[in-house]
Amino acid sequence: MTNIFNYIDRPSPIHRLTGATKLVCLLLWSFAAMSTYDTRLLAVLPVISFGLFAVSKIKLRDVSFMLGFTAVFMVLNNVLVFAFSPQHGVTLYGTRHALFSLGGNYVVTKEQLFYHLNLVLKYLASIPIVLLFVCTTNPSEFAASLNRIGVKYTVAYSVALALRYIPDIQREYHEISQAQQARGVEMSKKQTLVKRLKSAGAILIPLILSSMDRIEVISNAMELRGFGKHKKRTWYMGRPFRGADIAAMVLCALLLAAAILLNIHNGGRFWNPFA
Amino acid sequence: MKKSPVRTIVAIGIGAALFFVLGRFVAIPSPVPNTNICIQYGLLAFMAAIFGPVAGALIGLIGHALIDFSYGWGIWWSWVIASACFGGLMGIVAKRFRLADGIFEKKDILTFNIFQIIGHVIAWGVIAPVLDIVMYAEPANKVFIQGLVGGLVNIVTTAIVGTLLCVAYAAAKPKQGSLEEEKDD
Repeated sequence: MTNIFNYIDRPSPIHRLTGATKLVCLLLWSFAAMSTYDTRLLAVLPVISFGLFAVSKIKLRDVSFMLGFTAVFMVLNNVLVFAFSPQHGVTLYGTRHALFSLGGNYVVTKEQLFYHLNLVLKYLASIPIVLLFVCTTNPSEFAASLNRIGVKYTVAYSVALALRYIPDIQREYHEISQAQQARGVEMSKKQTLVKRLKSAGAILIPLILSSMDRIEVISNAMELRGFGKHKKRTWYMGRPFRGADIAAMVLCALLLAAAILLNIHNGGRFWNPFA
Repeated sequence: MKKSPVRTIVAIGIGAALFFVLGRFVAIPSPVPNTNICIQYGLLAFMAAIFGPVAGALIGLIGHALIDFSYGWGIWWSWVIASACFGGLMGIVAKRFRLADGIFEKKDILTFNIFQIIGHVIAWGVIAPVLDIVMYAEPANKVFIQGLVGGLVNIVTTAIVGTLLCVAYAAAKPKQGSLEEEKDD
């Protein structure tokens, strides 16, 4: 079941951190990577995250499919940015060092190439760390950790319910889809688009109606057990913080502080080597 | 119908699970190669119309974040937030509908679709691109065109799938006053 989220259970220092710690670290790290365009910091972050991969005993082979997917997405996004706005770097950095022309407005400038380098680094700084989080955090512990960092437990419980029922709903969808296919509903490319959407409806309607019943059953069961009566609740998968947890959070907080200080020092989000 | 907070919590959980399964595994091939049609926004609009703005926003937020998580490409926050906003906006009109009583007439279909179009335009035409610019410093014309194309596709699928779901759900609910007393004579 956990396969959809690619959780890989291996004994490692990163796996031993609590889910809440990893979530806090992920958030701090993401904010650091998101807030700055300082090339120096963006270049350091991927190095650290690949180091963390080694520590966590997650092999590149385990995540190669997702990394490949991300790489395609990254290339596509870069091509789109260049196609739509070949002079974006010039407006960002305020100078223009033309290298060569591809015709029309498509003049390749140093600034534009530097902006693309930053975009690529940004992906490398923010994506491997999410992969690491996904691979090393048990989904059940994830819901408990949401509550730990201050999300209301009712909302955290919604996340837990979603994680719990994804495999069930997936199975049900599959069953309904096969039953409808046996009755001649077709969703393949041979059909016209409108027909395909209609056949999707033939599967969706039974799925949604049965899910509505499911909502009734679950909420009755929870209400009967007094869910929502108290302000707090405990979690089966919750664990107490230890020294390593606090150290990890402090380190990630320092990263965010570094990003903010660099932004102040650079007088903006961009580090400008052309000025 | 009696509103219980527990019911909303469960609806958010199940709704997010449905959103995830539809968005992640149910791919309807579209005429454009390598592009699939997302039908989860039809579901989101439908769930928001029944359970209200909080449920709508959280289903969009959790469902979309889980999809991004499972692909492992990092959470694209600007689009996740746009999904949440669409769910929330659709939920605001929820009070107008009486889906739980099995009523969804022509007038309701019209309101539903007018509001889903407004919701999609705000979410994908304004919120997603503006957040893309603020968070990722991407060029404006690129993100606006991306948002518009995504929004248009979502409007069409929501119009078909969302309306279909509302009509089917209303038809499956017993209508108020649908029972008649039989008189012995």
